[in-house]
Amino acid sequence: MGIGEARNKDQKSKMDTLNKVAEVIEASSAEFTAQCYKLDQSPVLGSLVKTQDDLGAIYGVVYNVETHSLEPGRRVVARGEEMKAQEEVFKANPQLSRLLSTDFKVMVVGHMQGEKLYHYLPPKPVPIHGFVYTCQTEEIRAFTQSLDFLSLLVNAGLPVPVDEVVAACLRYASQAHSDSQAFLVKAGKELAGIMSSDAGRLNSLLKRLK
Amino acid sequence: MESQDSEERTSLGVVVSGSLTRGVEVKLDAAVSVEDMVVGRYVAIEGKRHRFFGMITDVSLETVDPRAVVTPPDISDPFIAQVITGTTTYGKLRVLPMLTIGSDAAGILEGSQPAKTVPTHFSEVKSASQHDVELVFGAEDERRFYVGTPLDMETKVCLNVPELVKRSNGVFGKSGTGKTFLTRLLLIGMLQKGAAVSLVFDMHSEYGWEGKTEKGYKVKGLKQLFPSKVAIFTLDEESSRRRRVSTDFVVRIGYDEIEPEDIELLRQTLNLSEASAQAVYQLAREFGDRRWLESVLNLNEDESKQLISRLNIHDSTYRNLRRGLENLRRFSFLVSRASDNSVRRILEYLDRGINVILEFGRFDDFAAYILVANLLSRRIYAKYRENAEREMGGEVASAHPLVITIEEAHRFLNPEASARTIFGRIAREMRKYNVTLLVIDQRPSGIDDEVMSQLGTKITCLLDDERDIDSVLTGTAGKSELKSVLSKLETKQQALIFGHAVPMPVVIKTREYGTADSYKELGFLEAAELKKKTEKDIEDLWSS
Repeated sequence: MGIGEARNKDQKSKMDTLNKVAEVIEASSAEFTAQCYKLDQSPVLGSLVKTQDDLGAIYGVVYNVETHSLEPGRRVVARGEEMKAQEEVFKANPQLSRLLSTDFKVMVVGHMQGEKLYHYLPPKPVPIHGFVYTCQTEEIRAFTQSLDFLSLLVNAGLPVPVDEVVAACLRYASQAHSDSQAFLVKAGKELAGIMSSDAGRLNSLLKRLK
Repeated sequence: MESQDSEERTSLGVVVSGSLTRGVEVKLDAAVSVEDMVVGRYVAIEGKRHRFFGMITDVSLETVDPRAVVTPPDISDPFIAQVITGTTTYGKLRVLPMLTIGSDAAGILEGSQPAKTVPTHFSEVKSASQHDVELVFGAEDERRFYVGTPLDMETKVCLNVPELVKRSNGVFGKSGTGKTFLTRLLLIGMLQKGAAVSLVFDMHSEYGWEGKTEKGYKVKGLKQLFPSKVAIFTLDEESSRRRRVSTDFVVRIGYDEIEPEDIELLRQTLNLSEASAQAVYQLAREFGDRRWLESVLNLNEDESKQLISRLNIHDSTYRNLRRGLENLRRFSFLVSRASDNSVRRILEYLDRGINVILEFGRFDDFAAYILVANLLSRRIYAKYRENAEREMGGEVASAHPLVITIEEAHRFLNPEASARTIFGRIAREMRKYNVTLLVIDQRPSGIDDEVMSQLGTKITCLLDDERDIDSVLTGTAGKSELKSVLSKLETKQQALIFGHAVPMPVVIKTREYGTADSYKELGFLEAAELKKKTEKDIEDLWSS
């Protein structure tokens, strides 16, 4: 399936709220933060998400997920000492799901302009309050046809272990490909090129791809 | 044709660095295993303006990160192994560019030229196709003789025989590597293409009628394949008779034909001292060039004493000389006066374009071989020289070029002897007088450097002594690269050919010889076919 086709399909399902998971609450050129509509319902680490600006879709990889109290001054306290199951905590305190929030951080890895897909940063940051969608299988496949975005990811100075994110992203993307093993080998070779001077790092990363 | 051609060529990698003298380095593609690459194989490099032909001279393993050598990646995991092959660890080839072919029409017309530059960075390297090899070596025709195939290919590598015989050539290789088979093929090539007549000094009687493989199978000699074009001469008719070989002539040599120089050449073989060898000249002056040997051998004790006191020769010197000369008596082919002139007979045959193979029978020791080969060649050469000079004067037509084949060549052509033997002169003077050599030897380091450098085409089977390899490759471009190719040849049926008769060095798997099919390919006719052909010839003769 071509990229353009994927995009058409995307536009058709634009209103499909099934994929809509979050909203941008912080944006910069290289990354953005999105808040999930539902507590603990964030996309998985390393997954490909997208949002929209006036030029087209902007793609990113989820690199960090955190759940915290909405009020900065109010810390979350433990409540389940007397309870048998975890779920009972929320049943007994229904207000909690309104007081807590799950955010995730996304590294921007590419964007579309018109029909064309670019594996580098868009000219403008993602719009604030932009809706964030998880990507469909076809879209993931179309985006990961080229692995040029890997160098962006590998060389990003993230507050979390970068290699974990890279490995998670590739494992996740490989499921979208019919021959996932061949995809991983191709990606591994791309990584070998990027990390040619650090065989140790490459090896430990490759081990995480399985 | 074009599409078929491109299918044959598989991409191997890209040129990454190198120089013309050392050869270019090629990074292998991940899909190509280093284990499939062998030295001596041909590759084609697609440069921007030229196509280059080169030979793989080295294969190496490389890693991008030197630390990988210390802490190797876990390649028991097929995934990791697959990823790192061709990326962080890769194979590298060293390729010596040897020829270029211009890609434009003019270049194709001109044919291949020696490479004077290298392809640009990251030019694609492909395995050479059958068509490429044919383009370089030419197809089999009336001048080119098929000697073998390149490694892992079916194409024929052909030698330009008229070019080959213009200069002296050498066949080298350790014992048991197939020198004799190769030589047999070369002799057949010369015979088939009619480029030259051969005179073979056949020390072990294996070229004429029948030879043996190492496994003990019999293979046909030249006479069996081409009865009308080959004559077998023998020094030992009894041996020939026992082997049921019909000979054309029995060679006898008179004592009067042996000159002091011949004895000097045999100094080491006959265990003569320096002084004894010098005394020979004194004796020759005393008795005359033609009679000295017989006279000395017939001297009794008293006469000897008188002689040495008169000539002032030391007693021990004389004894040493006598002992040495007595050795010659066991050669039954030496007679006091030969009734028929062997040299004239040989020349008669050669003039008629018939190849002469001289079998030594039981006299397969160096003394007999050196003595006879040198003596006969000297006089044959003199005749050729005379003829060539007359030809220059316009008196006679030019004779068939003559190729003299000698085995154990280092005995004749070592630095000490080469100045004295006729072979040293033939090798140096090259083709001026239409006589060239085909030297066969297992110890090329023993041959005089000057002679080695004059050899036009060298065909060498496996050699493993460092000095031998050096000596064979003296003066060859890309010597160190060819060295690695040469020392890695297989022990059987493989040879490296380089020099005048081939456009570039080539490793061949020698053409099959010894099976019924191979004889047929070489033009051998079975008895029934032969009869038919003869009948047809006669018919043609009468009808015309």
